[in-house]
Amino acid sequence: MTTWPSWQPEVLSFLPAWLWKVICIFLVLQMPPILVSLLVWAERRVSAWIQDRVGPNRVGPFGLLQSVADLVKFVFKEDVVPGQVNRVLYSVAPALAMVPGLVTFSLLPFAERFMVSDLDSGLLMLFAISSLAVYGIQIGGWASNSKYALIGGVRASAQIISYELTLGLAAAVVVLFTGSLNLAEMVRWQSETRILGLLPAWTIFVFPGGTVAFVIFITSAFAETNRLPFDMPEAESELAAGYHVEYSSMKFALFFLGEYAAMIVMSGLMTTLFLGGWSLFGLERVMEGTIWQTLIQTGIWWAKTLFFLFVFIWIRWTLPRFRYDQLMRLGWKVFLPLSLANLLVAAWMRTWGMWGASA
Amino acid sequence: MSDRPGYRTVERPALTLADRLVFPAILKGMAITASHIFEKKVTMQYPEEKWTLPEYYRGVPSLVMDDENREKCVACSLCEFVCPPRAITIVPEERPGGGREEKQPAVFDIDMLRCIFCGYCEEVCPEEAIFMSKEYEVVGRSREEMVFHKDRLYEIGGVRKDPHRKWKNADDEARAQGRGHGHGPAQV
Ligand code: SF4
Ligand code: SF4
Repeated sequence: MTTWPSWQPEVLSFLPAWLWKVICIFLVLQMPPILVSLLVWAERRVSAWIQDRVGPNRVGPFGLLQSVADLVKFVFKEDVVPGQVNRVLYSVAPALAMVPGLVTFSLLPFAERFMVSDLDSGLLMLFAISSLAVYGIQIGGWASNSKYALIGGVRASAQIISYELTLGLAAAVVVLFTGSLNLAEMVRWQSETRILGLLPAWTIFVFPGGTVAFVIFITSAFAETNRLPFDMPEAESELAAGYHVEYSSMKFALFFLGEYAAMIVMSGLMTTLFLGGWSLFGLERVMEGTIWQTLIQTGIWWAKTLFFLFVFIWIRWTLPRFRYDQLMRLGWKVFLPLSLANLLVAAWMRTWGMWGASA
Repeated sequence: MSDRPGYRTVERPALTLADRLVFPAILKGMAITASHIFEKKVTMQYPEEKWTLPEYYRGVPSLVMDDENREKCVACSLCEFVCPPRAITIVPEERPGGGREEKQPAVFDIDMLRCIFCGYCEEVCPEEAIFMSKEYEVVGRSREEMVFHKDRLYEIGGVRKDPHRKWKNADDEARAQGRGHGHGPAQV
């Protein structure tokens, strides 16, 4: 039990370590549902703004309760199970799609003293769990016993597997730089190392290895989360709705929740790996050890993550969908060699020092 | 093959490196969408804001009264016949008190679930008794509720100033010619 580093704010140091963990788990558990509903609202508002519309603004202040209304609608909708489906797999798939998104939340380091699990293999664990989501999508597509769902599921698995490679290779660059697989350790390295003695060595600033890795990572993240311009598995103009075309009511909502949770985790990962996580030019060291520091760090972390989420939405309403062969070509013929080369460059940078930032 | 007369080869602009890299174009697109976020919104907040309808707008067909609050419809049933989806039902009855008008509608129903807002009824009516109103918010909880009866139709139509004052002129004419009735073709 005491193997946990008892990182906790000083004010709360009277709490036993395990209790602080329980509190963390409780708080982190609240995050996905709240954020997903906020995100669905933001998605609709931002899309509306981009199209010169207003968007949902009737339910609650600024339409913020729209997602609650949506949820109520989902709950009360009839849960149609089509006759031709494989019943067991059909019911399991939405849960399989959602659970990885929620579990990976427990690995994100929100602040130095506020995270559920401080694993030394955090990054590996995160990739291991988040790639399980493809099972939910694939099984959902298969169990639906419908051609559109099947094609959507097959596309999803092909796409996710292809881009997982580049995603991993881009993340490997960060591992090279920081010398750790521990997400919190990575953030600490980024906030404490300086480039040329002044700029914090957020990986994105470590040119060229880190910057290129970031570009590869964010693009692969779009493909991983099936977001436009890579939403081939859903491609409503070709596949109706892809893998969840046969789903309705709460089962559909679970797919939805999983997709958005994965998006949040990906944004959080980008924040952590490339944008210095909870650090912001020394602001993260203000009031060291107090609960305020934890709050500030969490705030910084979320601000960065929310920015990435905004970019996700922004891109979605800017770009049209890629063609499937373009997507595959980009993944295998452009990004894979590029990320391998980039890894090499990063290794050289690591060996020969990077702008005075080598630790 | 491009030197055939009447054909002209259009050179495709070669892709520059920036084009091939895609990212500059993506950033440009993002700048455009971002600029729209701050643009003036075109949304009309419907129940509070409404369109100003043009004069020729065809809303719910309605019955109108003339300046003297008289029922203009004489239950000739022309509109009932002309209505393409047969939305109108008229049951005529004799008009009490006689006078120029012989008939009036005892029942005048328009089924708004059937009406296609074509305006034929307005066009065909010899008495200018039926007009397309500007009312377009037609809602009901049942089919029965969507059948508008005479009172409702008059409520929507209201009084309409009659520029021709047809009956009045006809009255004067008839009086001048020493005939009692001004309505309809002259009876010899
Ligand atoms: S508008 Fe057309 S459809 Fe409607 S009642 Fe008149 S004639 Fe019939
Ligand atoms: S509304 Fe006009 S056309 Fe229809 S029955 Fe009355 S007078 Fe005749």
